[in-house]
Amino acid sequence: MSEETYKIRIKYVKSGVLKYIGHLDLMRFFQKAFKRAGVDVAYSQGFSPHQLMSFAAPLALGVTSEGEYFDAQMNSLVSSEEYVRILNEQMVDGVYVKNVILLPEKAKKAMSIVAASDYIVSFKDDDDLNYQFVRDLNDIDNKESQKKSDYNKIIAVVPQLLKKDAIEVFRKTKKNEKVEDIKKGIYKLELREDKIYMFLATGSEYNLKPESVIEALCNEAGVPYNKFDYQIHRIETYYKNEKGQLASLLETGTKITDPMHN
Amino acid sequence: MSRLALSDEILMGIEKPARYIGNEFNMVRKNPDEVDIRFCMCFPDVYEIGMSHLGIQILYDTFNRREDVYCERVYSPWPDLDKVMRVKDIPLFSLETQSPVKDFDFLGITLQYEMCYTNILQVLELSQIPIYANERDMDAPIVIGGGPCSYNPEPIADFFDAFYIGEGETRYDEVFECYKRMKTSGCSREELLHELSKIPGIYVPSMYKCTYNDDGTLALFEPIHDDVPKTVTKEVVMDFNDVHYPEKPLVPFIQVTQDRVTLEIMRGCIRGCRFCQAGMIYRPTRQKDVKLIEDYALKMISSTGHEEISLSSLSSSDYGCLKEFTYFLIEEMGNQHVNISLPSLRIDAFSLDVMKKVQDIKKSSLTFAPEAGTQRLRDVINKGLTEEVILNGAMQAFYGGWNKVKFYFMLGLPTETMEDAEGIPALCERVAKAYYDIPKDQRNGKISITASSSFFVPKPFTPFQWAAMLDPETYIERAHHVKDTFRQQLNARSLRYTYHESYVSVLEGVFARGDRRLSKVIYDAYKSGCIFDAWTDFFDNDKWMEAFEKNGIVKEFYTTRERSEDELFPWDFIDIGVTKNFLLSEWKKAKQEIVTPNCREKCSGCGAAKFGGGVCFERQKKD
Repeated sequence: MSEETYKIRIKYVKSGVLKYIGHLDLMRFFQKAFKRAGVDVAYSQGFSPHQLMSFAAPLALGVTSEGEYFDAQMNSLVSSEEYVRILNEQMVDGVYVKNVILLPEKAKKAMSIVAASDYIVSFKDDDDLNYQFVRDLNDIDNKESQKKSDYNKIIAVVPQLLKKDAIEVFRKTKKNEKVEDIKKGIYKLELREDKIYMFLATGSEYNLKPESVIEALCNEAGVPYNKFDYQIHRIETYYKNEKGQLASLLETGTKITDPMHN
Repeated sequence: MSRLALSDEILMGIEKPARYIGNEFNMVRKNPDEVDIRFCMCFPDVYEIGMSHLGIQILYDTFNRREDVYCERVYSPWPDLDKVMRVKDIPLFSLETQSPVKDFDFLGITLQYEMCYTNILQVLELSQIPIYANERDMDAPIVIGGGPCSYNPEPIADFFDAFYIGEGETRYDEVFECYKRMKTSGCSREELLHELSKIPGIYVPSMYKCTYNDDGTLALFEPIHDDVPKTVTKEVVMDFNDVHYPEKPLVPFIQVTQDRVTLEIMRGCIRGCRFCQAGMIYRPTRQKDVKLIEDYALKMISSTGHEEISLSSLSSSDYGCLKEFTYFLIEEMGNQHVNISLPSLRIDAFSLDVMKKVQDIKKSSLTFAPEAGTQRLRDVINKGLTEEVILNGAMQAFYGGWNKVKFYFMLGLPTETMEDAEGIPALCERVAKAYYDIPKDQRNGKISITASSSFFVPKPFTPFQWAAMLDPETYIERAHHVKDTFRQQLNARSLRYTYHESYVSVLEGVFARGDRRLSKVIYDAYKSGCIFDAWTDFFDNDKWMEAFEKNGIVKEFYTTRERSEDELFPWDFIDIGVTKNFLLSEWKKAKQEIVTPNCREKCSGCGAAKFGGGVCFERQKKD
């Protein structure tokens, strides 16, 4: 490794079929994309050197996002626009790079500063069910209408949930399952047209998954919780800035306009 | 979002949905409506195995260079999805366009090992294509097989419309042109297959009939039409430097078995080990120009972003410019943080120097494949490796810091005695002793030697195609004895020995030298639930045994029976260049413990020179 490296933060979108690609596989995808793009990423030492790269807040399989981040250490830099251009030449359908910023020298890893994320949760409608070959359409129709009416019940309880003193759900920890009050992790919960918007604590201090909130809503509405019925989409990932406000991770650095090294 | 064949609910409910969505980097996209021929290429095993296969990457690239062909891929759905597809009646689909395999013009299936045979039936059935070729009509794709097992395609002949015998790069253009011509002519399926059977390298099983003698051996094997060739000569790429090679191979999302750039440097082998089928069927030896592979290495790393490159050949040490190429790789790949993996290298000063540069000595081990425990038996199998060479190589390595050794052996080789079997622990013990003879301050702690034995399976087109396979009981007994003998060695605590189970090898033995009568067994085993037989977790020997019994087929006829010199074999209609006479003389020499020099030392007149290449041919040209 050269003495001096630069830390950059990459914001990307994960959508479409890419939601079936797990977090570790996506990381490998980016490592290969970096190599194809020929960007000057720094490597660790040893017999199997790896790129110095770390992801902000892993996304569960099946979840899409337009506000994903990872950090990388670079030996030399090109401009933000150039990074976006050359990296996007190496992407596939469903993933693309939105922004690249330069972090201050002493910036902490994204993973350690993530404090919140917001999500849009929608009911998976017919368009999302990409069946090409379903034979028994009646069966599907019946199931769909049942699901739709359940969803309407859930929507109805959205405005009330935060008014409760405690919102209790079962949460699995590494060792066991326990009932937990998740209210402190919900910063915002509201309807946006027929979709549910939620702003939740994320990260090492307190981590609340959107699935837990949907489960709480199902409990409240008295309908069974089936995790495959809802499409979760992350909008943005946030950190707590100097003023103690939640701000987009994009604000942790600056646009690279005049790369010092090429 | 592109349309997927499977619903979100299904994909989220199964293991590794990434196996079924395609969309990998370097995937070829075409509009299927704008091509004349849709070809679906299948590796009948799970995605991670199939995606690691070089042959498919080569053909995928070659076919897709044609504007009128769109080649897509399909792999065996894992049992979790298999179940869902059957319940929901979802036809098997290609990865690229996610469209039903049954709508394609061709379904090409690569045959890499015998234990994938039931998976072929799974692919056909899930695709909703009739399993037996004679039940297919014009709407069904032409099901064509290729790869090593097509050198004896008879056990699965009833499931295939055609087989491509030999290297795929050469004749597919003719196959495609013939198909296009016939399709527009409105011919019947039989007429189309008849035409295909006239193309060199193409074997259409339905154009041949066979009869059997009372003792069960083959009596007659001949074409049913006068214009169908009696023998099918394997296809060989003779201009090995001027043949398509995938410069932009597919880059899977999920970790596959071979997650790296694979660079083929050589095809064929000069060694002539008598048990090795690849060593015979890929003759003559051909190698790629070093400048060409250097260029490929750079291009493929930059087109894939892989962090490892591996060489593919049967014996890399025999590649003419190995030193030049290896040092080029170390230099270039080191700069790009790409690891180099060098399989099948002989242990000598050069390879140790290279290994030191590309591997962590603490983690890596030396690998030897003596295959047999005594020099006598190594002479029988024509394995040139001597104990002296092993000890010399090992000692150099020990002084260089290595302390882990792996040995590969086979048990059940022709003429093998108890003494030969005991030679396995004896050889390992001598290596351990040699290690401990090194002064303590010059060696690196304890030595660890791991030896493993597989159960030898005689293969077609080898000198051992006449040989009897050992019966499984004796094999297991012998393996136990070897294990016991290991325990009695002075350095037993540094030695570890494992051996393969016998069941799977017995089945491989049946199918390797099997005939058309076995298709019913495969069908019944599949119907009773056999699938993914190459996977220990799924293999169910009892079901297989029931299938044999049900069809009145005695597996010992195929395995433990030594063939007479004049027996007509089910695979004799294939001409691999190497003649049956040569193989027979090798079989006789084996029994007399006479070694045959390798092709570089001396030409033994195997017959492969008729293709106009190989080291012997080149030398004769020079003289």
